[in-house]
Amino acid sequence: MQTANVNRLTPYMFMAPAVIVMAVALLYPIGYMIYASFLDWNPSQRIGEAEFVGLRNYINLLGDASFRESFWVTLKFAAVVVTLEMCLGVGLALLLDRNIRGMSLLRTLFILPMMIAPIVVGLMWRYMYHPTVGIFNQTLKGLGFEPIPWLSDGDWAFASVVIADVWQWTPFIFILSLAALQSLPRSAMEAARIDGATGWQQIIYIKLPLMMPVLIVTALLRLIDAFKVLEVILVLTNGGPGLSTEILSLRISRTASEFRELGEAAAMSNYLLILLLILTFGMFLYNKAIEARAARLRRAAQEET
Amino acid sequence: MPRISFDQVAKSYGSVEVLPPFDLTLEDGEFTVLVGPSGCGKSTTLRMLAGLETLSGGEIYFDDKPISKLEPKDRDLAMVFQDYALYPHMSIAKNMSFALRLARVSKSEIEEKVKRVAAMLNISPLLDRKPAELSGGQRQRVAMGRALVRDAGTFLFDEPLSNLDAKLRGKMRAELAEMRDTIDKNMVYVTHDQVEAMTLGDRIVVMSDGLIQQQGTPEELFKAPVNTFVAGFIGSPTMNFIDGELVDEKGTSWVRGDGFMLPLPVEMGQRLGSLAERRVTLGLRPSSFTMDLTTGAPIELNVVVSEYLGAQSVLVTRCGGTEVLVETQSAAPIKAGQMQSFGVLIDEIMLFDKTSGLRL
Repeated sequence: MQTANVNRLTPYMFMAPAVIVMAVALLYPIGYMIYASFLDWNPSQRIGEAEFVGLRNYINLLGDASFRESFWVTLKFAAVVVTLEMCLGVGLALLLDRNIRGMSLLRTLFILPMMIAPIVVGLMWRYMYHPTVGIFNQTLKGLGFEPIPWLSDGDWAFASVVIADVWQWTPFIFILSLAALQSLPRSAMEAARIDGATGWQQIIYIKLPLMMPVLIVTALLRLIDAFKVLEVILVLTNGGPGLSTEILSLRISRTASEFRELGEAAAMSNYLLILLLILTFGMFLYNKAIEARAARLRRAAQEET
Repeated sequence: MPRISFDQVAKSYGSVEVLPPFDLTLEDGEFTVLVGPSGCGKSTTLRMLAGLETLSGGEIYFDDKPISKLEPKDRDLAMVFQDYALYPHMSIAKNMSFALRLARVSKSEIEEKVKRVAAMLNISPLLDRKPAELSGGQRQRVAMGRALVRDAGTFLFDEPLSNLDAKLRGKMRAELAEMRDTIDKNMVYVTHDQVEAMTLGDRIVVMSDGLIQQQGTPEELFKAPVNTFVAGFIGSPTMNFIDGELVDEKGTSWVRGDGFMLPLPVEMGQRLGSLAERRVTLGLRPSSFTMDLTTGAPIELNVVVSEYLGAQSVLVTRCGGTEVLVETQSAAPIKAGQMQSFGVLIDEIMLFDKTSGLRL
């Protein structure tokens, strides 16, 4: 009896260290942040001294035009970059899914941007966008065009951060799409060729539909990441001009460090967290649905035999 | 339905030559089977015909039209793949109608054709399902149906039955044989299974190591194989090969070896009379043995194992140092572990050159 109880506990005992580390490293900060979001808390105070204000931070934020603007910029940024990156990444994968000499070198080159630290990417692009000595305006001038106010005009600044993000993260979509493409059943593609599908028709009717599960997960992963982007924009525009590129994570950082409103920053973080949770949950549901469907199909096939 | 001819067609991958230049002509309306062991180049030949592989040399003609530069879709052919190659995301009906939809055939015509072929293959109830919801045999039928719906001039089959279990394979083989007789099209069928080749082919092309060893009707291949490879490949159980030499004694030609001495048929003896003392390989089919000692030349064999197969049994025996398979009727059981006399039907004896393997 005694032994049986101990035996039943064994797996939990093995899991305990990991659970404790998780609880301390993950749940404690989150709990701390949630608690902080109910406080009117100044960095000069200890957390115990801060005044408890309930949901006031959340309510204030909803009425705050610049927070709403920031939220909108974030949504717009995420939607635009993920759409562009998906189109470019999948397109590149379709183009480079072939065996020609030097292809492996080319593929490696393509994924280099992803490996550069975001701060460095930001600095690099800031130099390239520089109004007088940057390579873009130098080139435009050389060709006889007017220079473009890359980072000093609101609309151009948004486009500029989008371009930098697309440059850095398209490779992520590219390698995942390429892996998906190369794992597609080769004979189905050959059957399509014999059935009379042109290159485009193979892509539209066979390749893309078969890649879709991977593409959806990839897009969701990128979307989650795009909502959290900070460094590149921080270095490039620091949210300006005006609020044109002030995405949420940047606003959170500024609220905490410049405006010294820790409680409000925490509340903002929670709004972002909720948004990300919805996305993650959506991804989780999607995976579940796929698994359930696969299981159903397998069962049906087995019953036949 | 064109006459298909390969003219000095060759294939190499880099510096590796898998198919040296060869000629092959497939007559209009014929069911041709390319058969051979794995890696003999039969699938590559079929894939070159389909346009899925490029040619390294030579040309393929449909009647007099060169086609090696044409895309697969412009060659008027349909193909059944070994792994079926169904489109996993489309329903069965959509799978079958894909080619027709691409060709912008009218909806009503597509529906009519799919229905007709589905009925013919007994897959009508499956049309709304996805491939993953079907068993192996059903997928096989769908793959066949997808090819049939096309109404192409030439049908290509790349080992279509090799993923099925033995029972289903036999059933599908019979259905294919029936289809062969009802559909008047060129059919080219690749398999490594000589039983499929023998039962389905109007003409069989035996390949090995990238070379065409022999082509002919099943009967020609069985009765007059050109070399030991074809003789050993065609027929089941496989032919026995025993080393021996030709001798002339008492005015008759004999083949003599370790533990046997058999007279040659008169015609063969006259033909090979000048070759006395020559080292040869004696080829004897397991079916060339009889228990009736009056109709055959006697041979003593040491029975090692008796494999009961039902009406027939296969005896694994030893003749000197060589293993010899003998097919017998199970009705007259023979015990293992004893010497036994058999008669050899000498008209069925085949002799092959010891070094070249060519039939004498």
